[in-house]
Amino acid sequence: MASSGRLARVFALLGLAFLLGACSLVEIEDAVLTTFEPAGPNAQRIDDLFWMVFWIATGVFAFVVVALIVLVLRFRDREGAKEPKQLHGNAKVEVVWTVIPAIILAAIAVPTVQAVFDLTECDPAAMKVELIGHQWWFEAHYPDYEVDTANVIVIPAGREVCLEMTSEDVIHNFWAPSLHGKRYLVPGQWTQLKMEAYEPGEFWAHCAEFCGLSHSLMRARVLAVAESEFETWVAEQQQPAVLPEEGTQAYDGYQVFVNRGCTQCHAYRVDGEGGSEIPREAFNGPDLTHFASRHVFAGAILPEFGEDRETALARWLADPPSVKPGSFMPNLALSGEEIDDLIAFLEESR
Amino acid sequence: MTATAERPATTIFRRPRSKTGIWSWITTVDHKRIGIMYGYAAFAFFIIGGLEAILLRVQLSQANAEFLTAGAYNALFTMHGTTMIFLFVMPASAAFMNYLLPLLVGARDVAFPRLNALSWWVFFFGAIFLYSTFFFGTSLPPIGPDAIPGNLPDGGGPGSFNWISGSPDGGWFGYQPNAGPFYSPGTAMDYWAGGLQILGLSSLISAVNFIVTTFNMRAKGMRLMRLPVFAWMTTVTAFLLLFSLPIIAVALFMVTIDRQFGSLFFAATAGGDPILWQHLFWLFGHPEVYILILPAMGIVSEVFPVFSRKPLFGYSAVVFAGAAIAFLGFGVWAHHMFASGITPVAQAAFGLATMTIAIPTGIKIFNWLGTMWGGRLRFTTPMLFAIGFIAMFTIGGLSGVTHSIVPSDWQQTDTYYIVAHFHYVIFGGAVFGLFAGLYYWFPKYSGRMLDEKLGKWHFWLQFIGFNLTFAPMHWLGLQGMVRRTWKYAPEMGLEGWNQAVTAGAVIIAISILIFMWNWARSRRRGRVAGMDPWDARTIEWMTPNPTPEHNFSEPLEITKLDHFWHLKYDEDEEGRPRRREDADAMLEHLEDVGNNPREPIHLPSSSFFPFLVGLGVPIIFYGIIYHTSIAGKALIVGGILLILASCVGWGIEPVDEPHYGDHDEEHGEEPVAEEGELVDD
Repeated sequence: MASSGRLARVFALLGLAFLLGACSLVEIEDAVLTTFEPAGPNAQRIDDLFWMVFWIATGVFAFVVVALIVLVLRFRDREGAKEPKQLHGNAKVEVVWTVIPAIILAAIAVPTVQAVFDLTECDPAAMKVELIGHQWWFEAHYPDYEVDTANVIVIPAGREVCLEMTSEDVIHNFWAPSLHGKRYLVPGQWTQLKMEAYEPGEFWAHCAEFCGLSHSLMRARVLAVAESEFETWVAEQQQPAVLPEEGTQAYDGYQVFVNRGCTQCHAYRVDGEGGSEIPREAFNGPDLTHFASRHVFAGAILPEFGEDRETALARWLADPPSVKPGSFMPNLALSGEEIDDLIAFLEESR
Repeated sequence: MTATAERPATTIFRRPRSKTGIWSWITTVDHKRIGIMYGYAAFAFFIIGGLEAILLRVQLSQANAEFLTAGAYNALFTMHGTTMIFLFVMPASAAFMNYLLPLLVGARDVAFPRLNALSWWVFFFGAIFLYSTFFFGTSLPPIGPDAIPGNLPDGGGPGSFNWISGSPDGGWFGYQPNAGPFYSPGTAMDYWAGGLQILGLSSLISAVNFIVTTFNMRAKGMRLMRLPVFAWMTTVTAFLLLFSLPIIAVALFMVTIDRQFGSLFFAATAGGDPILWQHLFWLFGHPEVYILILPAMGIVSEVFPVFSRKPLFGYSAVVFAGAAIAFLGFGVWAHHMFASGITPVAQAAFGLATMTIAIPTGIKIFNWLGTMWGGRLRFTTPMLFAIGFIAMFTIGGLSGVTHSIVPSDWQQTDTYYIVAHFHYVIFGGAVFGLFAGLYYWFPKYSGRMLDEKLGKWHFWLQFIGFNLTFAPMHWLGLQGMVRRTWKYAPEMGLEGWNQAVTAGAVIIAISILIFMWNWARSRRRGRVAGMDPWDARTIEWMTPNPTPEHNFSEPLEITKLDHFWHLKYDEDEEGRPRRREDADAMLEHLEDVGNNPREPIHLPSSSFFPFLVGLGVPIIFYGIIYHTSIAGKALIVGGILLILASCVGWGIEPVDEPHYGDHDEEHGEEPVAEEGELVDD
């Protein structure tokens, strides 16, 4: 019995060492959508709560596993062992293992409920950004500034912003793990999610609810910028685009843009004649007025890692559904020249 | 039941009498044969669902992989989930329930043997209906209300992409409106909705049957608190089915009506509510989780006492904890929807309700540990699987507690952390439990033992493969791997662990191959089990192995919990078991009388009609899918007529009186029905 007791302790220590080792092992250094690096107060609060519960759960698990190991070693059938006493139960221990878990749960329930109330609803005074889900990209509309953009959501760092969210088609789920948990975008309803980043930075976001064919390619970025930079950005976005001068390649691209049907879905605001207006309630693609100001496009999947922006754009324009299956942007069978012209036009649309 | 004197003149309604061959299986009402058919069908779908999973894992083993198209990927995860839940774990549990419940309560069959056959045939044809989508179904591009149809290219839209384009691809959860008429307009999702509807019907029929069996068919002296725990969990599960399946039935009818007749229940643009579907789905879906796990909990509650040579610690606590889990399971559904935008009050309430489930679950786990405490543990393969169950299910349960921490769940939901969690519960829990049961009760089915050495190889490989597959999903999810993702970008940092996961899946596949080899070999050449090979405690082992058709030859009178054990053992002054001197003689007698009953035994007669009624059900559902055509309307009418005619036949077919060992048309007096003995349904 003594030797198996020692063995049990060794096993138990090994088990704990394994658990602790596993915890450090699993930090993926370059994960861009990690929940382990909160960059704002909401995500921080969730992270604190998670780790508290994680360690309690780990403790319970360690207890069960150590108990199992001890039982397995100590009570395994041996040659000549006595028959076990026929114990049917014990009311006292039943009470103990009912009450202790209940107390632990009650203890974690308190901060949970507090956090639910603190983190769910926006401050009514916060700046609002309307986030509209589409198969498979996010549209961001700033009602206070009349700014419409896509895939890159620019927010001022250091203050709360309220995402007011809905969907044009199916249910989507916005998730920027460094800033907050997830919230649905539901057609016909409005949901809220508060966003706040401590510092300027770029944060990945992803649609988390299965939303059809290219669900896995529906991503976004949240760009937190300094207050002054945000003002500048708003001012730039509010400007209408300047049409390229005749005779330039960009102008040829503009002609392609108008003549090949792009304006059926894409808004392009200009001063005076020649732009494209899409009513907000109509089926639409991203507003391209300031396309070049966004460093990612096509649901924030392009350019791919290490890919040159123009190559990515050319690939996209040549056959969108091959890049993003099911894309509502059709393959217009553009010629190589048309694609080059369009790229010149779009890349000038700052 | 004395209507035996006159036989109808026509032979049309003679009840089928084949004892062997295909017709004997088609017409059987024997609960054991029905259980065996459920078992083999479930295992076949386990293999199919497993192959689907392997394909998914190959796709995910590399960032931005192109092994599968997006459509094929979505189709495969939809069918993997649907298959594993509705066509594997549920029927596998049903196999155990069918085979064992009458044996555990001391009866010759379930309360309604023909109804039992009906539930099997409805399941069988429902499964075929669901999988026929691969041949007949279509998956077409969205025609969302805001979409401009002219903009949909011929070559690029969804539908042209999919090498298995007939498969449903809206997820096993069928979230609306994505799986609705506008965004999944082909017929594939209709096959999915219809298939689940039929499978639900089958489970509902079983549920009624099992409940009545437990309450009305117990042997003399088999009080409720003497029932083996597996019989208890079967009954609790049957109540869960009884109350939860009508909910999904209503929800699926709403989807079907939405899709076929444009009712717009879930279409937001027409004032419908897509979130309503989620409430209905999870109000069924969460009890469903306990439908999957409670039978396995029942199985390990049988295994621990036998291989610890001790009674179950805290029997009544284990039973009531099971009932409490089932009861609480109806009040927690919205924890699947914490991200949906429900109010903080609702979130807090459902979070707290979810936490409370940890308490009865903990009670079960601690009582199993208590059973092992002080025992003489024999590490047979069933025991290993049961111990594995505790360890793995504890992980699944604890990650479940982290979901009840609502804000924490906002990060976890819809990521691979959830995938890890429910695989620890359903695979690490339910499937490990089911394997424990297979190794434990295999002698009852075959009269032989599964090979222990191969069994241990199977266990350890499955245990290692399982953990390598599903443990990394925890940290993959928390570090940004969303669920149902066909591709992930290389810069997300997820590739390395995904390769480990895929390797784990291959190891699981190898372990299952070992199991299949073991099964095929042991069934013919395994060690002969004889009577009572495990020195077991419960009364199903009072019958010879394999179980004779009539189960028990002599009426039972149950005196204690673990009745069989107490027939073999009494206790010495210290409370340690001491084998009775007459135990071996008793076993010999049981074996002899079990195989050679002294009196003719009345058994329920076979029938064609359950098969025919079951056949009619999917015909109607095919008709509904194609209802706009003449053929569709004809199928609906034809299916209804077939069911009605078969029901009439069912109603008027005579009570035949085959007796065990008595194939003669004529026979003597009607034997007096003993308590616990069957007459007929």
